[in-house]
Amino acid sequence: MEKDVVLKMRGICMTFPGVKALDKAGLTLKKGEIRALMGENGAGKSTLIKCLTGVNHFEEGEIFLDGFEGPVRNKDTMDAQSKGIATVYQEVNLCPNLSVAENIFIGRAPLTKLRTIDRRAMNRQAKKLMEELELDLDVTRNLENYSLAMQQMIAIARAIDMDCKVLILDEPTSSLDDREVEKLFKVMRDLKKKGVAIIFVTHFLEQVYEVCDGITVLRNGKLVGEYDIADLPRVKLVAAMMGKDFDDLAKIKPESEELKVDAPVVIDAEGLSHAGKIKPFDLEIKEGEVVGLTGLLGSGRSELARTIYGADRNQTGSLKVKGKEVHIKEPIDAMKLGMGLLPDDRKAEGIIGDLSVRENIVLAMQAKEGVLKKIPMSKQIETADKFIDMLQIKTASRETLIKQLSGGNQQKVILARWLATNPDFLILDEPTRGIDIGTKTEIQKLVIKLASEGKSIVFISSEIDEMLRTCNRMAVLRDGAKVGEISGDEMTQEGVMNAIAGGDGNG
Amino acid sequence: MDKIRKITKMSLFLPIFSMILIMLINVVYDIGCGNAPLNFFMISIKNGVLYGRLVDVLNRGSEAAILAIGMTLVVSSSAGTDISVGSVMSLTGGMCCMLLAGYGVANTSQYAVPLIVGLGAGLAVALVCGLFNGFLVSYLNIQPMVATLILWSAGRAIGLLLCNSQIVYVRVDSFKVLGSYVGPVPTPIIVAAVCIAVAAVVLKQTSLGLYIQSVGINRKSSRISGLNSRRIILMCYAICGFCAGIAGLVATSRIYSADTNNIGLNLELDAILAVALGGNSLGGGKFNLAGSIIGAYTIQAITTTLYALGVSSAQAPVFKAIVVIIIVVIQAEPFKEYFKKLTGGRRASA
Repeated sequence: MEKDVVLKMRGICMTFPGVKALDKAGLTLKKGEIRALMGENGAGKSTLIKCLTGVNHFEEGEIFLDGFEGPVRNKDTMDAQSKGIATVYQEVNLCPNLSVAENIFIGRAPLTKLRTIDRRAMNRQAKKLMEELELDLDVTRNLENYSLAMQQMIAIARAIDMDCKVLILDEPTSSLDDREVEKLFKVMRDLKKKGVAIIFVTHFLEQVYEVCDGITVLRNGKLVGEYDIADLPRVKLVAAMMGKDFDDLAKIKPESEELKVDAPVVIDAEGLSHAGKIKPFDLEIKEGEVVGLTGLLGSGRSELARTIYGADRNQTGSLKVKGKEVHIKEPIDAMKLGMGLLPDDRKAEGIIGDLSVRENIVLAMQAKEGVLKKIPMSKQIETADKFIDMLQIKTASRETLIKQLSGGNQQKVILARWLATNPDFLILDEPTRGIDIGTKTEIQKLVIKLASEGKSIVFISSEIDEMLRTCNRMAVLRDGAKVGEISGDEMTQEGVMNAIAGGDGNG
Repeated sequence: MDKIRKITKMSLFLPIFSMILIMLINVVYDIGCGNAPLNFFMISIKNGVLYGRLVDVLNRGSEAAILAIGMTLVVSSSAGTDISVGSVMSLTGGMCCMLLAGYGVANTSQYAVPLIVGLGAGLAVALVCGLFNGFLVSYLNIQPMVATLILWSAGRAIGLLLCNSQIVYVRVDSFKVLGSYVGPVPTPIIVAAVCIAVAAVVLKQTSLGLYIQSVGINRKSSRISGLNSRRIILMCYAICGFCAGIAGLVATSRIYSADTNNIGLNLELDAILAVALGGNSLGGGKFNLAGSIIGAYTIQAITTTLYALGVSSAQAPVFKAIVVIIIVVIQAEPFKEYFKKLTGGRRASA
C-alpha cells in the first residue's frame, strides 16, 4: 500500500433485494486525516460504512487495512473492532442506566483476582480517559444524566480507548448545538494529532470545510471522486453530490408566464419556526403561485413545509391564511383551512397499507367531513374511479390493497387523496420520487394546471430541473434556516446551486 | 384445490371453521351416547322458557360477546389488549348493587335508589374506567397491557371496597330481569343482540370503522390525513369500558348480587381469545367484528361442550388452552407460509 494510507476500499459492490446499493464504491484514508464522506440520502454512505464494519457483507471489492496482508473482510462489528476500526453511530447506542465508566468498559471491564469487576480500577481508568479528552464529568454517574453531546463524546471515548486506527463518526453532529459541535471538533483535531484517521459523515457543508482535510463523494452507490479540501469548493461539491457537471449546465429558459403581482396572499408566515428543527422564517405565497423549496437533503426543506401544515407539534410564530391569523395544532386544523400535505416518506406517513385504494383515496375527504357524516359508498366509488382514471393509477381494482401497488402508483393514490379534498394550498414533498419519467411529466403538468386554477402550491424536489420547470419562485434553505429566495433571472441551474452552496454571498 | 384456497382466504374462514368443528364434536358425541345426532341444536320449552344446549351457549356467551365488541376496537386501533374488562365488570356490579342496597347493607329486598340510577351509575363508572385506560394509552403512550394492568388489579378491589367487603344481595325481581328471562327468551341474549346490532349500525352508518382501522394500520399517516389518532384510540377504550359495564350488569343480575371476587373473573382472557379466534390480528389494523362475536360464542360452545362431555370445570382450562395453541399456530406467519407451500406444491404436482 502507498505510504501513510491506513485504509483503502476499492470497487465495493453490494446489492439489496431489488436495489444496487453500492456499485464500485470506494474510499481511501490516510493516517491522521479527517475525511468527509459526502452524498445525498441514498447515495450509499451508510452502506459503505457498514461494509467496512462488517454489518453488511459486500459481494465484490476489496478492503486493505494498514498492518494486514492482503484484503480483509470483517465478519461482524467485533471483528472490525479487533482490527482497530471503531464506529460511533448517529444514535448513541450506549446504556443510559449504566454509569459512564460502565459504558466505556462494558464487555471488557478490568477484573479483580476473584474474577469480579474491579470497579475502582474501572473508574480510575475512565476518569483518566475523560481527563485526556478534557471532559469534565463524574464517571460514576449514570449516562442519562448527561446531554446527548456528552453521550456522543463518551461513545467516542469508548471507541478511542480500544486503540482504534480508524474512527468512523456517522452524523455525530445532527443532534448537537453549535457549542457542542465545537467541542467535538476539538476532540477530533486532538485525535488527528495522535494519528487516528477519521471518517466523518455529515450533511452540514459548513462543518466539512471547518474540520476536514479531504472529501470523498458518493452518488447512487458510485464513487464520484476523492478530493483534497482545497480542490473542491462548495459549489463544486454540491454539483458532485447532485450529479450535475457544473460547466456543462444547459440553461433552461425562465418561466415565460408573468407573475401575478396583485394576486391575493394565501399563506403569510412571519417568524414561523419549529423548535430544534427550523429557525424562524418569513414566507409569503400568493394565489396561483408555485413556490419551490430547495436545499440539500437535511437542509430542512421538508420540515419547513411541515411547519406550515402543523405536521410536527411545537411550531411557534405567526401564520396568516388568507389574511386571517390562525393557530394550527393538528393536521386536521390545516386541512379545514384548505391545506394538504403529500409527505415525502410515502411508506411511513402516506399510505395506509392494509386499506384499499378506494379507502386510501377518500380518507382525507372523510376526515374533513367528520366521523358522523359518512360519505355514501356510491360517492366513494365515483371519487375513487375518477382519480384512478385521471391519474392513470395502475391497480387491479379500486378494492385492491394499496400495499400491493408499485411505489409510483401508491404515490398517485396519495396525491389523489389530497386532490379529492379540493385544497386551496397543497404542499407536495417529493411528489415524483420513484415515479417513471412519463408520469413525472404528467405530475409536473398537473401542478402547473392546478396553479392556473388558482391553487397555491409548495413544491419540494431533489431534481432542480423539475423545480425550474414548475416553480415561479424558490426559497433556499440551509441547515434548518431559510437563507434566501430566488426568482426571475436567477432561476437557473447555476443560480440555484450557487444559492444552495451559499458561496460568494449569494445566500 | 383452487376453491379451497379461496375459501381459506376468506376473512371469516377461521371463526366459522372453529365453530363448525365444535358443533361436529357435539354431533359425534351425541351419536356416541345414543342421543339424537342433532341434540346440540334442539330447542325445547321447559317451564315456559327456552331450553337446550344451543340456547345455553347463546345465553352464557352473552357477556363474552359484548366484551368482544369493545375488545375488537381496542385491538384494532392500538394493537394492544384491554385486560381490565373483567375487573371493570366486577366494579360495575359492585357500584350498582352498593347504590341499590345502600352502603353497608348486605341484603335488601327493596331499592335504596331507583333502579335506573344504580344501572346508570354502574355504566358511568365503567365508562370512566375506559376513559382512564384510553388516556394512559393514547395520551401518555403507555403500553396497553401495562396501562390496563392498573385497573385489572385495582378494579376488583375498588368494587370490594364499595361493597364494604361483603357480597351484596339485591333480591328485587326487577333487578333480576337483566340476567333471567323476558318471556321465554333469556334476557342476556337480547342484551347481547342489541349491543351487536347497535355496534353494527354505528360501524355501517358512520366512518368510525375506517378511522379505527386507519389509525391501527398507520398512526402517522392517519394523522397527516387529518385523523385525530389519540382521540380515536381514547374513544375505542371508552367503548370497551362501556361494553364491560353492560356485561357487568348482566353478570351481576344473573346472581342478583355483587360477588365482586367472582364476577367477570378471567373473562378478559375470553374476550381477547374471541378477538383472535375471530381472525383478527392482535397486531391491530383491519378488524372483523362478526368474527370476534362468532369467536366469543365458540369459546362458550367449547366450555359447554366440555361440561357436556363430563369434563370438570377445574379441568376445562386445559382444553381451552389447547384450542388457543392451535389458533395461535394457525395464525402464525411461518405456518401460513408452510401451508401455502403445501397447497401450492400439491397444485403443481396435480
